[in-house]
Amino acid sequence: MVKLHRKVIGSAAMFSAAGLVLAGCAAADEDATSGGEVEVVDQSAFEEALSTPTELTMWAWVPDIQNQVDMFMEEYPAIDVTVENVGQGLDHYTAIRTALSAGSGAPDVVQMELQYIASFDVTNDLLDLAAYGAGDLEDDFVPWVWNQVTAGERVLAIPQDSGPMGNLYRQDIMEAAGVTTPPATWEEYAEAAQAVRDNTDSYISNLPSGQAGQWVGLLWQAGAKPFGFDGDSGVTVNVNSDRAKEVVTYWEELIKNDLVSTDPDFTDEWYQGLNQGLYAGWLTAAWAPVFLSGAAEDTSGLWRAAPLPQWGEGENVSGNWGGSSSAVLSATENPIAAYELARWINMDQEPALAFATEQFLFPTANSVLADPAWLEQEPEFYGNQRVNEVFADISESVDVEFQWLPYMDFAYSSFNETMGVEIDAKGDLSAGLDAWQEALVEYGEQQGFSVNE
Amino acid sequence: MNAQTTSSVKTKNTRPVKVRKTSRVKRRTNLSAYGFVAPFLIIFFLMLFIPLAYSGYISLFIERIVGGINFVGLENYARAIEDPRFHEGLGRTALILLIQVPIMLGLALIFALALDSGYARGSNLLRLLIFMPYAVPSVVSTLMWGYMYGQNFGLVGQLATSIGLPAPDLLSPGVILFSIMNIVTWAFVGYNMIIMYSALKAIPSEVYEAAEIDGASQFRLAWSIKIPALRPALLLTTIFSVIGSFQIFVEPSLLSPLAPSAIGQSFTPNYYAYNLAFVNSELNYAAAIAFSLGVVIMIVSYAVQLSTQRKRVAE
Repeated sequence: MVKLHRKVIGSAAMFSAAGLVLAGCAAADEDATSGGEVEVVDQSAFEEALSTPTELTMWAWVPDIQNQVDMFMEEYPAIDVTVENVGQGLDHYTAIRTALSAGSGAPDVVQMELQYIASFDVTNDLLDLAAYGAGDLEDDFVPWVWNQVTAGERVLAIPQDSGPMGNLYRQDIMEAAGVTTPPATWEEYAEAAQAVRDNTDSYISNLPSGQAGQWVGLLWQAGAKPFGFDGDSGVTVNVNSDRAKEVVTYWEELIKNDLVSTDPDFTDEWYQGLNQGLYAGWLTAAWAPVFLSGAAEDTSGLWRAAPLPQWGEGENVSGNWGGSSSAVLSATENPIAAYELARWINMDQEPALAFATEQFLFPTANSVLADPAWLEQEPEFYGNQRVNEVFADISESVDVEFQWLPYMDFAYSSFNETMGVEIDAKGDLSAGLDAWQEALVEYGEQQGFSVNE
Repeated sequence: MNAQTTSSVKTKNTRPVKVRKTSRVKRRTNLSAYGFVAPFLIIFFLMLFIPLAYSGYISLFIERIVGGINFVGLENYARAIEDPRFHEGLGRTALILLIQVPIMLGLALIFALALDSGYARGSNLLRLLIFMPYAVPSVVSTLMWGYMYGQNFGLVGQLATSIGLPAPDLLSPGVILFSIMNIVTWAFVGYNMIIMYSALKAIPSEVYEAAEIDGASQFRLAWSIKIPALRPALLLTTIFSVIGSFQIFVEPSLLSPLAPSAIGQSFTPNYYAYNLAFVNSELNYAAAIAFSLGVVIMIVSYAVQLSTQRKRVAE
């Protein structure tokens, strides 16, 4: 704890130094700052804001996040934080939008999944945290995650968790099929899929037709850049690129030959399928290992983790599926305290480590990723394999440059109606991508964006 | 009292003050009547009229993510009229109207007649059992059916496999509409039956006695007395069912995670309006769709009512 305090004081000192310098030249500099340097709020303003009695509201659905908030309130007794859970996913974002357009009742800090940041940035609802010194936090986070929460010099949120993708598989079923090592390339994976189908009653994995996020993660790994957003009114839609088509054509073969199933996930059927060995694997994100050990309890000890198969031999690349951050809404009346809340719970070692070890979020802060208390866990469900180590390594291999559209709600829902339909019909997935492309371009133009194809 | 005052006024004064005098009394009566309906009127105004007027108002604008809000007049309605997705949803509703509503009302009628005939043993228990699904919240019943529909591990699939048949995929694109019709029928047969049953109970027993003396059979009783007497109840249940079919929302919205590619955004018009507002952030167009849907419902309900009235006149 002493150590932590020193760290806080250390960074405080740094803030104040920067603050003094900037305060000194702020008046003269006002016109000249247009280009590079971000003006950071004065340290004395920080001290004042954090010692003034303040009430903050945070909307989040992470279970027991109250624990982290309690730690925060102990650290900053003047600040009183209320945590509210207004729903998960879509419900949560709808509630935020409603509160923002009503002009009152909006929280100060919100949980925000990585792919939604652009959607709220385009309407200028997110506070640029660079003005509060967030620019200096870059080196504390994994580079690809940092890229997800920033737009140029602007910092739009503080990372909370992420979902680099790997391969969870049933070792017993794979061995029964004669596959003794996890497939290293997608070519080997297709062969293994055939072997599993020939020798067992299982599918090597289930790739749901309705799980756009998972499909996008696989495109991400392949280096396809389906989306782009310039932070203003220009978007790039390129979901039917040649690279993306290569990826879906690969899956089209497997789906047509009945080598992978495409059942909807997170349904009763799917849980049964996992427990009863219908699916011998799951190409999934780093938040899944702990989730799976609860969802498929009957199969404890039989699962193992490995990186995703690769497109080229000897490569080591992954994609991401899911992940969240803490963002401050620009409507807040207490920007400094709100920023500190978002920063502190995700960066201070005690709350951040608790996210990883108690709430099982996959960490994004380097200090937690390197913490033995988390890294060296040996869960029984995975035959005492150090699963966190596997995914910590994968996290370093995630392609850094990946962007989202400022309308991912629509993008994912229209995925179901274009790609999803083709996947379920075991049809032409490239045509599915073309239809998806068309829907995304049409919607973008209708919403007033200039769309780059 | 009224007559008294008027007559006395008449004798004293030829000028027609009587209008004013009675109206004062009447006004007082009216006022207290208004007092009694005021709670309704206030709530009606606050909860129904204002929101309706407001959504009518916002349906005249378009808000774009880039470019803000603009007044566009009836452009949203022009788009709705031409929107193939809206038509597609209405088409599905029409199928439900043509297939599911007759089946459901037919079943309800048969059950009501059977229970009323007095020949069914334990009719009170039966009536309760048939009615019970209606008491199950539609969210619960949809989840339950969704679970039973599951191809690999659901009840229907497992039954089929146990007798050596291939498990049907009741959640596939071609079948899902019928699976939904099944849920709706299951839930609402009992409700419609109760309405018809109470209408049957209201038929005076003298009519039956007279028919029996004339030697009418049970079948003849049902055909010539009960069904004609049920006409108002049938009309009522038909109109409720028409409105209910157009408003189907819970079933597609809860089944869509189980059948994401079979249930698109515009599966039913109501579900479409919801998705437009909360997924596509096209609130204004959603309001226009909702209003257009309201107009369609009014037209269809009115047509149903008119056609039955005409029949009566023809007789």
